[in-house]
Amino acid sequence: MTANTAIVDEALTAIERTPRMRALRDTWLIFRRSVVLTIRQPVWILFGIMYPVLYLVLFGPLLDKAVGQAGSGVSAYNWFVPGLLIQVALFGSAFVGFGLIAELRYGVVERMRVTPMSRFAMLLGRSLRDVFLLVLQAVLMIALAIPFGLHLNLAGVVVTLGLMALIGLVMAPLSYSAALALKSEDAFAPLVQGIVMPLLLLSGILLPMALAPDWLRFLSSINPLTHAVDAARALFNGDWGNPEIALGVGLTTALAVGAVWIASRAFSRANA
Amino acid sequence: MTSPTPIGGTMIGTTDLRRTFKTRGDSVEAVAGVDLHVEAGEIFGFLGPNGAGKTTTLRMLATLITPTAGAATVAGADLRRQPQLVRQRIGYVPQGGSTDPAETGRGELVLQGRLYGMTKGAAEARAAEVLATLDLEAAADRGTGTYSGGMRRRLDVGLGIVHQPQVLFLDEPTTGLDPQARARMWQEIERLRELGTTVFLTTHYLEEADALCDRLAIIDLGRIVAEGTSDQLKQRVAGDVVTIGVDGAAASVLSLVESLPFVREASHDAEGGLVRLYVDRGETAVPHLLRSLDAAGLAPTSIALNKPSLDDVFLRQTGRSLREEVA
Repeated sequence: MTANTAIVDEALTAIERTPRMRALRDTWLIFRRSVVLTIRQPVWILFGIMYPVLYLVLFGPLLDKAVGQAGSGVSAYNWFVPGLLIQVALFGSAFVGFGLIAELRYGVVERMRVTPMSRFAMLLGRSLRDVFLLVLQAVLMIALAIPFGLHLNLAGVVVTLGLMALIGLVMAPLSYSAALALKSEDAFAPLVQGIVMPLLLLSGILLPMALAPDWLRFLSSINPLTHAVDAARALFNGDWGNPEIALGVGLTTALAVGAVWIASRAFSRANA
Repeated sequence: MTSPTPIGGTMIGTTDLRRTFKTRGDSVEAVAGVDLHVEAGEIFGFLGPNGAGKTTTLRMLATLITPTAGAATVAGADLRRQPQLVRQRIGYVPQGGSTDPAETGRGELVLQGRLYGMTKGAAEARAAEVLATLDLEAAADRGTGTYSGGMRRRLDVGLGIVHQPQVLFLDEPTTGLDPQARARMWQEIERLRELGTTVFLTTHYLEEADALCDRLAIIDLGRIVAEGTSDQLKQRVAGDVVTIGVDGAAASVLSLVESLPFVREASHDAEGGLVRLYVDRGETAVPHLLRSLDAAGLAPTSIALNKPSLDDVFLRQTGRSLREEVA
């Protein structure tokens, strides 16, 4: 026991000397726990891509003509799948607050708040779990789409996965902040639905915005998600000169930084 | 794991601790100036009805909410200026559980140890030790969702002591447990004291405060109304209760006992069949009473001596019964 204590004290001193190391270590601990607990219920990972897969199978075949009309000049699936992937990123991160509300109810969050662990790690560890899972879902989705006629540009796919991760880092922290503030599914569900649905409909994921009237196209152009969708489409076609790539990635990065900052404040507030 | 528990000395000290909650322009003072002193190594109980401010006080001392005013020292660290140090030195077991049903008991304990800064090896060794102590080894690798209420509560306590804190806060540790599980929990709490851990618990069970706590404070409406050992409280506030059956002679018995110096207070019931009096020490008062009654030619039909309960204490201080509040 004495030897043990000495080791522990040493470890503690080292951690206390470097709060950044502690935050990193705690982030890893929370990430690993969250991933393990989620994977124990793999049904949720499948639920996450159920809707996109339904769109792929039951809606995709209708698109050939519409996409042809919009004049993008590419295969319907190379136009449609990048959008569905952005949808996977959105759905895989916007609703994660539900999990936190459950953890709040179990008392897990309060138990952790009493330890000296990093508050930032509580947020980042969980958010990185969400990013990890949505990238996993994206890979699954892409594999399912290949038989439908999706052509892969490998570099483009990798950057798209990165873009999806960034979307996760926008939506997951915001979702957690809302969950901390509302603490109840009854209030949380309509709020998230009310934000996610317009974002989705205005992003041009389902049909080309070229078909939209001017006012709708304007609303779509001020939706950051539209630019992420456009960036993903350009990336999938290897259209590296398209300015939408820089715009989509840049905008999403800026939003991710803002979202993480807002959420880390929510997590470090004493009464959350 | 922190410095060894000091022998004697103050473990928790608060001065005029306050907490106000604001809701829609309305402000409620949940804790309205609490002064506490808890010695190292004792089991200290915080007794009061629901909504008295017990949990709010506990949550303040455990760094979960910041006091609106006042000062406190916990395990040698200043609550306001050194919350990280307080966190490292205390354990806290919240009311209503602290585990994820999908995680195993061992998984929760190892993670908790690591969050307190232990290495993987040290956390695993300590988790095994805690599981053995709390008799949870057989269920260690099952999800906590499969645990019984008593097992889950023991695991909650285990999570609070993984890092061998100097002081453990327990919020309503036996609420919702069946009598067997409650007795078991009392044993665990007493064992913690034997190991030198200071225990600060809240309860609304009179029996629990009476049987388990070395000292206790009674809190009502955010204020401490009495503090001391269970015996001191009962003696100081209520005295012992003597009930005499008088068979119609209530008035003369009453005027006799009121003249006796050791009787603090006396009254008779509406029917005039019983005289109830409070005395400081019932064991010595009863023989005196009998002799005086005999000398005056009054023959009581019955005489009963009751020790006051903590409920009598609460009743005297607040005018309400704790049992009614709980029921």
